Amino acid sequence: MKRREFLQRSMLVAVGAAVGKVVQPTLAQGETAGGSWTANLKTLNAHQGETLLKMTRHIFPHDRLADSYYANVVADLDTDAGKRADTLKLLQAGVARLDEGEKKFIEIAPDQQLAALKNIESSPFFQKVRGTEIVSLYNNPGVWKEFGYGGPAYEFGGYLKHGFNDLKWLPDPPEAASPKPA
Amino acid sequence: MPQLDLNDDSVVVVIGSGAGGGTLSNELCQQGMKVVLLEAGARQSFATLQNDEWQSFQQLSWLDKRTTSGSWRVAKDFPNLPAWICKTVGGTTVHWAGASLRFQEHEFKTSTVYSGVSKANLLDWPITLADLETYYAKAESKMGVTRTNDIPGLPGNNNFKVMYNGATRIGYNKVHTGRMAINSRPRDKRQSCWQMGFCFQGCKSGAKWSTLYTEIPKAEATGRLDLRPQSQALQIQANGDKVTGVLYADKDGKQLVQKARVVCVAGNSIETPRLLLNSASSTHPNGLANSSGQVGKNYMRHTTGSVYAVFKTPVHMDRGTVMAGIIQDEAELNTKRGFAGGFEMETISLHLPFLAAFLNPGAWGRDYAWAMEQYPNMAGMWIVGEDMPQDTNRVTLHPTEKDSFGLPIPNVHYDDHQNDVAMREYAYKKGAAVYEAVGATRTLAVPPYPSTHNLGTCRMSERASEGVCNKWGQTHDVKNLFISDGSQFTTSAAENPTLTIVTLAIRQAEHIADECKKQNL
Repeated sequence: MKRREFLQRSMLVAVGAAVGKVVQPTLAQGETAGGSWTANLKTLNAHQGETLLKMTRHIFPHDRLADSYYANVVADLDTDAGKRADTLKLLQAGVARLDEGEKKFIEIAPDQQLAALKNIESSPFFQKVRGTEIVSLYNNPGVWKEFGYGGPAYEFGGYLKHGFNDLKWLPDPPEAASPKPA
Repeated sequence: MPQLDLNDDSVVVVIGSGAGGGTLSNELCQQGMKVVLLEAGARQSFATLQNDEWQSFQQLSWLDKRTTSGSWRVAKDFPNLPAWICKTVGGTTVHWAGASLRFQEHEFKTSTVYSGVSKANLLDWPITLADLETYYAKAESKMGVTRTNDIPGLPGNNNFKVMYNGATRIGYNKVHTGRMAINSRPRDKRQSCWQMGFCFQGCKSGAKWSTLYTEIPKAEATGRLDLRPQSQALQIQANGDKVTGVLYADKDGKQLVQKARVVCVAGNSIETPRLLLNSASSTHPNGLANSSGQVGKNYMRHTTGSVYAVFKTPVHMDRGTVMAGIIQDEAELNTKRGFAGGFEMETISLHLPFLAAFLNPGAWGRDYAWAMEQYPNMAGMWIVGEDMPQDTNRVTLHPTEKDSFGLPIPNVHYDDHQNDVAMREYAYKKGAAVYEAVGATRTLAVPPYPSTHNLGTCRMSERASEGVCNKWGQTHDVKNLFISDGSQFTTSAAENPTLTIVTLAIRQAEHIADECKKQNL
């Protein structure tokens, strides 16, 4: 590791507490962060998978979402890495960079993890993970359900008879502005 | 096999099947002319359209590589996606939200009327509102615009309820569910709106007007339309001051030339100028019909932005018609606000996947995740304002990068004008005020998305030195070459462009048919 990066990293560890409170992600019943899910990875190894899981939980932190949703993001990164050698290199090098220092990324405190990620947020590695996550996480019907978003509407005939105008905490507009449905 | 012969030089060749090209093709066929319609995209159906943002985006969008430059935020956040527009039969009328507003009278004469706007390439249109009134009426009837032709307005959804209440509390008066080309009753053999909320992904009920299932089938029924999907125009061929045909690649990549009596270009405002520039020759060294140097220049995309607001209780803004809601009070000309031109405020919603991608591109962390968790409690509006034409905002050919056909790809350069910035900042404040008046706990100003309104790059002008085409969309330099899409717009006005594009196409078709009968073309 270059001297400058080592000093940067040490500084991060020292000021970790000042970066801001980070709540330890809640693990849902039976959904442990370690364990068997990494066995499904085809290209990345278990350590890389675990590191990326922690990273994705920091990028879009939803305490109520189980690890499994974030594991899906890592699976998508794994698929990408299997298709493209440059993506694999990017992810491998990125994890290695996060692990530089006395402890590995997954071993340091959450606020220090967050600081480390802030430090690399302009990097192609970070952008790759964030860019993948923004699709993988928020395009997941399970996540939709958790957030109260209904998904496709064609199958049940749209919202005309399913509450498109059912809001009650404000008065209805007059008919001239908003005619009644046919 | 194409049904019209490649060597039939009595046909009109139309490039692009959207609001301009689709309507023009039908209008010409109805008047007895034979039309070859070249469309780069594939043909979808109600069955293949999808209530899925990412899948639909891949299915319908123009995704050939483009580059961007300039200080606009799109160049930073989406450097290869200057525009969210379509490559599909029906063009961007498959994706659009249906807002159908006429221009205001003064918006045709901004050079005369707007004083105090420096460093803008303002120009009066060579036509007035009066010239277009008959054709606006025909377009509204054709498209089934609500609040015209005895068509009732659409019923407002929750997103509109929030907008209406907030807007009226702060003193706005012109608030209603809009003039929308979306059936509120069955009409023209199409159903009325199901309030699905997936307007942007193509309307699976057919309630929203799109040339895909209106103009094109009607044109085909005349027996005079030869629609060729997956046929990408590459170059327009000319012999001196006449165009003779179009070189295109068919779905197998085979390059063919369709001869033409007249060529009409409606590829939307990035591909249309690009095609002209890529058609340079010894007689047209700066690009076809480009003696003025204005081809590609004056690119406009409206002063846009969105305001989303978070409330303590659910809104479910995604349930129902995406854009059936409008505040028109700010569309007027009122320079006391600190800028020329006006803007419309229209309801908008994105579904969860796209809100994540567009709410604040590049952002991450706890605050962002919090915002996403408020999704069901959000309302949203979109600002559509008149941006100033600048000749440095332009589509040019990339100096080195080429597409799969070996032709230079387009670069879109854009910098906001001072007037655009002043208007946007004012509009964000007003949008936030609407929502705060009904209890928003937080409002979020969202930067402009990749442009869905793309205008002005082959503009109409009275004088040949100041634009590319005349009051008919006929290019100044080449009599049998027409511009038939939003590239014609001399200025952008405060209104969504589709109704005006359709209006100009109806009028242009009448002119072309008439000129052909008189043997002038």
